Amino acid sequence: MSSSVFSRRRLLAGLGLTAAAVGGSALVSACGGGSSGLSGDSGNGGGGGDKPTINQWYHQYGEAGTQQAVERYAKEYPDAVVKVQWTPGDYTSKLNSGLLSSSGPDVFESGPNIDQVRSGQVVALDDIIADVKDDYTEADLKSSTVDGKIYQIKMVDDMGVLYYRKSVLEKAGVTPPTTIDELIEASKALSSKDQKGLFIGNDAGVTPSFGGGSLLGQILWCVGSDYLTSDNKPGFTTPEVKQSFAKMRELFESKSILLGAPTDWWDPSSFTQGLAAMQWCGLWAMPGIQKAIGDDFGVVAWPAFSSSVGKPSTFAGGWGAMVSAKAKDVEAAKAFVKWLWIDNAAAQEDFNLSYGFHIPPRRSLAAKAEKLQSGPAADALKIFNDYAVAGNPAWTPKMNNAYADAATAIVRKGGDIDSNLAEAEKAVNTELDRLFG
Amino acid sequence: MATSGALAPATRPAPAERRRRGLAGVTGAFWLFVGPFLLGLVIFVYVPIIWSVVLSFSRAQNTVTPGDWVGIQNYIDLLTPGPFLDSLVTFTIFAAFIVPLTFALSLGLALLLNQVTILRAFFRSVFFLPTACSYVVASLVWKLSIFNGVRFGLANKVIGIFGIENIPWLATTDPPWYWLVIVTVRLWLQIGFYMILFLAGLQRISPELYEAAAVDGARNAWQTFRYITFPQLRATSVAVLLLLLINAYQAFDEFFNLLGNSSFARPPLVYLYYTAQGNQDYGHGTAGAVILALLIMIVTLAQGRIFGFGRAE
Repeated sequence: MSSSVFSRRRLLAGLGLTAAAVGGSALVSACGGGSSGLSGDSGNGGGGGDKPTINQWYHQYGEAGTQQAVERYAKEYPDAVVKVQWTPGDYTSKLNSGLLSSSGPDVFESGPNIDQVRSGQVVALDDIIADVKDDYTEADLKSSTVDGKIYQIKMVDDMGVLYYRKSVLEKAGVTPPTTIDELIEASKALSSKDQKGLFIGNDAGVTPSFGGGSLLGQILWCVGSDYLTSDNKPGFTTPEVKQSFAKMRELFESKSILLGAPTDWWDPSSFTQGLAAMQWCGLWAMPGIQKAIGDDFGVVAWPAFSSSVGKPSTFAGGWGAMVSAKAKDVEAAKAFVKWLWIDNAAAQEDFNLSYGFHIPPRRSLAAKAEKLQSGPAADALKIFNDYAVAGNPAWTPKMNNAYADAATAIVRKGGDIDSNLAEAEKAVNTELDRLFG
Repeated sequence: MATSGALAPATRPAPAERRRRGLAGVTGAFWLFVGPFLLGLVIFVYVPIIWSVVLSFSRAQNTVTPGDWVGIQNYIDLLTPGPFLDSLVTFTIFAAFIVPLTFALSLGLALLLNQVTILRAFFRSVFFLPTACSYVVASLVWKLSIFNGVRFGLANKVIGIFGIENIPWLATTDPPWYWLVIVTVRLWLQIGFYMILFLAGLQRISPELYEAAAVDGARNAWQTFRYITFPQLRATSVAVLLLLLINAYQAFDEFFNLLGNSSFARPPLVYLYYTAQGNQDYGHGTAGAVILALLIMIVTLAQGRIFGFGRAE
């Protein structure tokens, strides 16, 4: 479990890993327990001389060396004492609690959410990014912006790719899929007694907990739709989306996808160990896959719905550095973020490419990055530049949960497409009314 | 409590001065012992409960400070058909499985163990041991090694011997195999505990009753069980039922760890957890907690009424 890579921005909407916070004690718990959300410990206090102290929170990256790396960057910062808190397990809950209390982080990694901004939990970072704004992709700027202001400095850009095992596909006479129908056919053709055709997560890609729900976006994007339209209306109830859901259901029912694997879609083990011939996974896993199976793999984007409808897609995810409004010294915290994630090119390159693979958000840096110039990594970078869909900060966790409930009911339980999506639409509209109404 | 503790020494005949000092001493000792617990109880239990109730009448998005009052809107939202009511249905299904099963199995085990004459302590410990295991750990063992969906999962290995194909236990909704995983993990964890309760109850039954029954012509084991053992276990049975039901209401760990946020099997606490911690919607989260607390209270009181729990025998 500890080798999990947990890197997609929207995962934040879901929940963390093993989350052992709630121990079950049969008798004692029978008579107690209110439900307060106030917890959140932190390594506060202390400080070195007259330098300010900055508490910086990370979730746990799975690749070896990442924790040491961020601790090293923190130590190198000359103007403050930076205390790194590395959080295995349920980072989202811990962060949420921390931001509510006064003992939370000063600087933390996350992705902006409109409610965080509206309730004044985070501060805008336009002033520190102003000079280099052009050096970020449009997608990154879009997912960083709420109500016209920028709230995160992207640290790593992540994306998903469909990994396929070249030798297995060749043997079965299957070509990498370019449409959803081809994908279903390939998955069936590649499925045998001990190896399934495709792995998209133990939740069939539609239930957003423990980092699941890997395909909630692609279901919409592959027909050219999105969670919300550009004028912030629900975008997931079009006839094309409904067809797309029917196909996902067909894929699930084909019994050719791997379910109940020991690790989930964000970990490449199922693919490298031959449990599935194709896997939807993150670019971050590529070094591990290369190490395990050499160059016996290729990557494609999530396929378009058909040759005439939609286009290939992937998510533009990743993590960004944000500053809490309750930081003891907001200016010092901002200065640190600027130093590390805007100015410090060496640290950014190291963090993005020395452990797992991510795309450095600074375009000037990504263009130079040698490791992304050839082979499958270059293919992935091209997919990212051509097809990555940016997250929308107005798509709140509550909307995502309502939509995912519908997706789970439709795909995994065979529920009615129209009524389930209509129910989700109602919940999303309530949220939209609250935010923009 | 404070008064009775303080009054006791006051009734002792003693010089006025000593009495005053003694009183102060006892009162001091009382607060010394009780104070920290009381403080902890107030800060960590009562204040959060009251805070939750207040917050539940408020719109509290990304904040735990009440203020944006919405009356009973949060309650109305939850009690109209939707995911929260669905989760109560899930709970009902779960309780319908788990309560009678645990009850019957732990009673059966206790009866068997009561007959065993050799290695009694050993068997008792063996069945009780799983109680010491955490739900999270057990869930992970169930998920990753016993009921994983690939060829090297224990359950799949076993059915593989009979030529049956691998089953993804937790992901299969038709038939709903995930209930098998959920129910067995909880059975394994809690049967031992209730077995001990039943054993204690069994050992309290006077042997004379059995002798009298034998004299009166109770012929077989079923008759003695039906007319002596089971009625004599009434107090224990009611307590066990009550605890089982409350525990089922509070089901969280195994659902959370095995199924995450799956809309098809999400008990109330898991739903509320995602509402409060995931969505940061503390208004609805606390309102749901209050509803759940009230439900448990009502069921407990009703059960007490019906079965006479806590009444003197």
